Amino acid sequence: MSAYDIERLSRLIGMLPPAPAAWVRAARELPRARRELDSIVVRAQADAEYRRALVADLESALRAEGVEPTSVLLDELRRRVS
Amino acid sequence: MEAARKSREAASRSTGALSAELSDAKLVAACRGGDEGAWGTLVERFSRYVYAIAIQGFRLQEHDAEDVFQEVFARVFERLDTLREDEAVRPWIAQLTRRLCIDRLRAGSREVTADTEALPDAPDEDVLARIEEAFDVHDAMAGLPEHCRDILDRFFARDESYRAIGEALELPAGTIASRISRCLARLREEMTPEPRPESR
Repeated sequence: MSAYDIERLSRLIGMLPPAPAAWVRAARELPRARRELDSIVVRAQADAEYRRALVADLESALRAEGVEPTSVLLDELRRRVS
Repeated sequence: MEAARKSREAASRSTGALSAELSDAKLVAACRGGDEGAWGTLVERFSRYVYAIAIQGFRLQEHDAEDVFQEVFARVFERLDTLREDEAVRPWIAQLTRRLCIDRLRAGSREVTADTEALPDAPDEDVLARIEEAFDVHDAMAGLPEHCRDILDRFFARDESYRAIGEALELPAGTIASRISRCLARLREEMTPEPRPESR
């Protein structure tokens, strides 16, 4: 490894700022979000009325379960209930 | 670096650039075993890395970078079982991020242009190389005392002012510059390879 001077170290530390907290929080919560998604899908399969409301507003359904509706989760939910 | 790696196992980190209580391999194994705390640590450890590749390496817009970021971690979560060598998680995540950034740029360019312009999918390779170095530096910060990790991260990575740091850490503003300087010197020691024993 090459030698590191102080200035170079400073620049390199600065190259990795934190990602936005909400992004990190959504990624951290993926295991729980997946469980909630599964439960929403099961409920939609058993309840036609719920399924209709779900398809009409996927975002609200996820939010109601305390899940941040990221595009990844919305796409997956859309695919599984369509 | 070796000293830093050894200390990772023992270091308890509540703050700092990259959480590093476990080696990558142990962290991946714990995630695969369903340990949600380990998953959170994995996200923390690589979140800055993925973000930097998307924003600095590929210059994605914030909303595209967010989609890539979430997609990367969703795929890591789903496909962790397919990783052949647990210690290779970092290059795997890097590769995944790069591929998704390129997909995103290509999709965007298809929407914007229908002519034969070159696709804007070339990343800045110099920046990507420096991001790898930066990850190593943050990794080495795990070998520093917590107060050093915290102040270096606040000043250089979070871009906090002396005043903000002083208020957060309850330090007189006049001592912050010298503390940063001492912590940088310690970090440089961490980054300096230990001399090899002389061969006979």
